[in-house]
Amino acid sequence: MKTENQKAWFFVLPVLLLVAFNALVPIMTVVNYSVQETFGDNLFFWQGLDWFQQLLNSERFYAALGRQFLFTGIILAIEVPLGILIALSMPRKGIWVPVCLVLMALPMLIPWNVVGAMWNIFALPKIGMLGYFLNDVLGVPYDMTQNPLAAWITIIVMDVWHWTSLVVLLSYAGLVSISDAYYQAARIDGASRWSVFRYIELPKMKSVLTIAILLRFMDSFNIYTEPFVLTGGGPGNSTTLLSIDLVKIALGQFDLGPAAAMSLIYFAITLLVSWVFYSLMTKDDAK
Amino acid sequence: MRAKHLIPIVYILFLMLPIYWLIAMSVKTTNEILAGFTLFPQDFTMDNYVKIFTDPTWYWGYINSIIYVSLNTIISILVALPAAYAFSRYRFLGDKQLFFWLLTNRMAPAAVFALPFFQLYSAVGLFDTHLAVALAHTLFNVPLAVWILEGFMRGVPKELDETAYVDGYSFPHFFGKIFLPNIASGVGVAAFFCFMFSWVELLLAKTLTAVEAKPIAATMTRTASSAGYELGLLAAAGTLTIIPGAIVIYFVRNYIAKGFALGRV
Amino acid sequence: MAEIRLEHLRHSYMPNPQGPDDYALKEVDVTWEDGGAYALLGPSGCGKSTLLNIVSGLLAPSEGRILFDGQDVTGLPPDKRNIAQVFQFPVIYDTMTVRQNLAFPLKNRGVAPARIAERVAEIAAMLEVEDMLDTRAAHLSPDNKQKISMGRGLVRDDVNVVMFDEPLTVIDPHLKWKLRSKLKELHQRVRATMIYVTHDQTEALTFADKVVVMQEGEVVQIGTPVELFERPAHTFVGHFIGSPGMNILPGRVDAGQVMLGDVAVPMAGRVAGDGAVEIGVRPEFVELGDTGLPATVARVSDVGRHAIVEARLGDLTVKAKVEGTPPPAGTDVRLSFRPDRTRAYRDGWNVTEDAA
Repeated sequence: MKTENQKAWFFVLPVLLLVAFNALVPIMTVVNYSVQETFGDNLFFWQGLDWFQQLLNSERFYAALGRQFLFTGIILAIEVPLGILIALSMPRKGIWVPVCLVLMALPMLIPWNVVGAMWNIFALPKIGMLGYFLNDVLGVPYDMTQNPLAAWITIIVMDVWHWTSLVVLLSYAGLVSISDAYYQAARIDGASRWSVFRYIELPKMKSVLTIAILLRFMDSFNIYTEPFVLTGGGPGNSTTLLSIDLVKIALGQFDLGPAAAMSLIYFAITLLVSWVFYSLMTKDDAK
Repeated sequence: MRAKHLIPIVYILFLMLPIYWLIAMSVKTTNEILAGFTLFPQDFTMDNYVKIFTDPTWYWGYINSIIYVSLNTIISILVALPAAYAFSRYRFLGDKQLFFWLLTNRMAPAAVFALPFFQLYSAVGLFDTHLAVALAHTLFNVPLAVWILEGFMRGVPKELDETAYVDGYSFPHFFGKIFLPNIASGVGVAAFFCFMFSWVELLLAKTLTAVEAKPIAATMTRTASSAGYELGLLAAAGTLTIIPGAIVIYFVRNYIAKGFALGRV
Repeated sequence: MAEIRLEHLRHSYMPNPQGPDDYALKEVDVTWEDGGAYALLGPSGCGKSTLLNIVSGLLAPSEGRILFDGQDVTGLPPDKRNIAQVFQFPVIYDTMTVRQNLAFPLKNRGVAPARIAERVAEIAAMLEVEDMLDTRAAHLSPDNKQKISMGRGLVRDDVNVVMFDEPLTVIDPHLKWKLRSKLKELHQRVRATMIYVTHDQTEALTFADKVVVMQEGEVVQIGTPVELFERPAHTFVGHFIGSPGMNILPGRVDAGQVMLGDVAVPMAGRVAGDGAVEIGVRPEFVELGDTGLPATVARVSDVGRHAIVEARLGDLTVKAKVEGTPPPAGTDVRLSFRPDRTRAYRDGWNVTEDAA
């Protein structure tokens, strides 16, 4: 049991100050911008909720938001089952386990723009391995700078390449924590492979999977650098995800007001989805 | 070898393919790269690496990145330790709300913070310093570190604290001598994550630096646009960015699976 | 139900075992009769869990055969052997209710729903868990969880054997005896062959009709609790079972007489061969009186109904269990060993040719 102790606040104070400095001040700045119009040189005019209204009525915003949900939905639908499948097929012990884990973790430790640049070059027709292989060996016309579908597939494959290992590592950690007795009992009880997965492995992986899915949701929803470097949002606007659009508006066009309003809505959506998801996944444990 | 082991093997091959491609390209000459596809380097050269290690704008990029990443890891762990201890041991007014609020910062899109951060750190005179990037990255690393450490600390029985006090240890002495060694692997895992997310993040790092603290990844983007298509050089620089990560994973390899499982997960 | 026979069973965890030390299990030959309650007793690491896993099929033995009712099952996997096992830590399916947990082994074998419901109700009544049938198993206390995993073992009425691998380890002491007597009662009702693995002699002796005592991968004795107590076949059995364990004193055989120092000690039977032996006698069978070996009381510990007296006999220490008032420390006493309970051991094994 935890004890009641208000002095514990002193322990939390450094974190509080640091995060407050980093989060509160910028958020206030954003809120401030979101209700004003600026013409540079610190001239601001009260704008009320106009920016929000404008944004919520703009097709461009919904298009970007739609692409964002599509992207996140697709990569979750691929990475989560694939990650679980890979974790299930890995050996539980042996000298190869650390080797596998290190190799799998490698893509996650490459700076995001290097990931984007890598895949950009990798996909180049003639020069890149992927581009060459598809075009010249298989004869499939592939150029992601021209074809939106090719661009989408490339972004998704890149994300799968980059992040599936996170799901693998977390699921694997959940799996190795299951004691052998469970598998032995299941064998004696005559359980099928599916039953073992459904009644032993999945429940034991549930908490790590919650984390994996939450992290993957948040990070894919906020993704910016990799697709920006890979496709620049193109061809056309076909791969302009929410954050790419946001940066375009804020830093490209320097429309601070609309950008700030968009930031707030964006943040609110992320929070809302994360919270709903978190409550759903942890509902049973609370009982 | 059983058939099901084919799945991780194929997956690892898929992961290694682009990395191999990057490394192979880094030891090719520009002519060879542009001439068309070759699986193995025909004209092996180390020129790209020589260039990076002799040109200060290049190698300083690495040094800058390593400085702010290390700084961030140290700051994050130092402030997260006492907070995680408080969350794992005590109930206090607003503890749950605070914990959730901390986590929400992990969900904030970096793009949202880019511009306000630029203004904030310019205003306090930290723009283009290592400290600025290190502090900015604590926004998402501190919540994560608190989260991971709290899980590990919860696994340490409270009796340990009580026994130590009965034995006459002061709090700092207890924390450093007895408690920390018990959660050493948790600190390892948390540090790994802080290092990782600080090392790979670029948007904020690029926004908050100009010359003095410019990260390597930003140096690369500039090269990509200004120097035309020096793909070999770019590939060599990219290859070098993988190395620190690889070293860090090597050190925590035994904690990765265990650490996740023990943590508050 | 079935008779279980283990023939020349050997097991090593190494790929190429060299000497006997490489074997976790050295040559085991045991027959467990149909419907019996057996205990497998020994200290940690003696090979009892290895033996259990071989019987259940979780482990394939390096050598030897396992026969269920004369049928060779050595090559069969656990689910084909029709056995049940209860583990040290309760294994339950967290996401299922108690009812679903109990039904699981039957459902996997395609038993008709009506029959399942009937069996589950029967077992729940036996275990007295009817009131929790619809709670999620994850919310149960450890002893109830262990009850449910026992229930999953007993729910199939056609099992050849139910095995228990130290099932009371995680149970609170005051609930241990309750579960233990429940188990004994269950055995009497279902009459299944049961094998109970433990390192706790009380658990083994109260549960089992016959106890198999193991040490370092070897079976040292198989017998009823009384036999183990009165006629230990090995000094290990004498020492491991009983509290305190058997006195083991250095002696030698001289012209058919067993000598302790220069005094002849009568034995339960003839001892062949000359040379060094060990004399084993339990504290219960050492008497303090007016005749016998002269000794001095060194220490007395009162343990309730009786007292343990430690007496110095030269440089040897002999323990005796004394009813009533023990003599105080420092008293000179005379010790005598009850002849029919005193035996000579060579290399640990009993070499006394007594009637048994």
